[in-house]
Amino acid sequence: MAWSRDDMARRAAMELQDGFYVNLGIGIPTLVSNFIPSGITVQLQSENGMLGMGPFPFEGEEDPDLINAGKQTVTELPTTSYFDSAQSFGMIRGGHIDLSILGAMQVAQNGDLANWMIPGRMVKGMGGAMDLVAGVKRVVVLMEHTARSEPKLLRECTLPLTGKGVVDMVITDLGVFAIGPEGMALTELAPGVSLDEIRQQTEASFTVRLRPV
Amino acid sequence: MNKVYADAHMALAGLLRDGMTIMSGGFGLCGIPELLITAIRESGVNGLTVISNNAGIDGAGLGVLLESRQIRKMISSYVGENKLFADLYLKGELELEFNPQGTLAERIRAGGAGIPAFFTKTGVGTLVAEGKETRDFDGETYVMESGLVADLAIVHAWNADREGNLVYRKTARNFNPVMATAGRVTVAEVEHLVEPGEIDPDHIHTPGVFVQRIVHSRYFEKRIEQRTVRKRGN
Repeated sequence: MAWSRDDMARRAAMELQDGFYVNLGIGIPTLVSNFIPSGITVQLQSENGMLGMGPFPFEGEEDPDLINAGKQTVTELPTTSYFDSAQSFGMIRGGHIDLSILGAMQVAQNGDLANWMIPGRMVKGMGGAMDLVAGVKRVVVLMEHTARSEPKLLRECTLPLTGKGVVDMVITDLGVFAIGPEGMALTELAPGVSLDEIRQQTEASFTVRLRPV
Repeated sequence: MNKVYADAHMALAGLLRDGMTIMSGGFGLCGIPELLITAIRESGVNGLTVISNNAGIDGAGLGVLLESRQIRKMISSYVGENKLFADLYLKGELELEFNPQGTLAERIRAGGAGIPAFFTKTGVGTLVAEGKETRDFDGETYVMESGLVADLAIVHAWNADREGNLVYRKTARNFNPVMATAGRVTVAEVEHLVEPGEIDPDHIHTPGVFVQRIVHSRYFEKRIEQRTVRKRGN
């Protein structure tokens, strides 16, 4: 029984530490805000120019001038500050944000990340992803283990890169991998997932350093 | 000197010409100069290069200038909300330069601040660094990016005085303050217009030196791209 999207988000939330400034990407990473462990405080950064992002507004209280980077209506908190895009990315590029949790199309065993473009097919753009992976202190990828049964953890990315050697950790529905100078290591298996099963669905080569759960 | 114009058309009078470069503030549909975009559409000016983080959506924001084929080239970071954009690009009818969002913001900030180029680690080893000069500082590789200026910058502010001092509201600030500094001429569309002295000088985001023309927009409904809410009581 692999992890659900909520399980994956809950596991990613364990990477948060008290006092962290965190940027959450669009999609599954957004769910992480629902699982912030009790007893710790983190400030969420939204790269369109907001630090201290609150939950979605109550119905009828949506403000068109108050959105997150996914263009969703959000709310402010007592800790909130607003700033322009240049300062927002100064924060990101300058290494002032502790953790970035984002989605991916492909991750390579050396930490290369591809999540912005499929040549000739998908024309969306990288948004802030290249700046985030270049500047944020720690980068965690949250993604499904495979796409249409094709592995997404690869020896080398085949899609255009978002960043080279930038990913520190990958959390999928099947398990958790750490990436460091010595390569990629499997550190956790989702409940009911066997080592054989995860090997079959992974192209990247990895060592096994399972932590007791 | 009067900076206040009666409407968006008059605020742009004499500024538009075919082939020019225009910066347009906003993030998604948040904080976009909608009336000025509409006036540009109605002017019929053509062959534009538009610098803007996004390209609006189909039927709103810069999307209306794509529909009318007035844009020749876009410099943006993310255009995923606009189907027409993808169609035009894949058919080769629209030129596109993708910049990482932070690189785009910094290029504009640099352009407005008289800095012709700078080095960043964003994009090193990716397509965006191809053909660009790289240099190592303290053992890390950086890529050179150039500053950006435009013939015209159009921005949206929440409050302004007649001198052109601007205040933005919440996340509608986004690219507007940096773009205001990087237009050879900057036109601000503002929701509220007051007399000099009515805004606390300590609260001004964009000093009036950066703003040449102002248009006080009549009330219009701001659009929400993704209306997300939570239920009361939990």
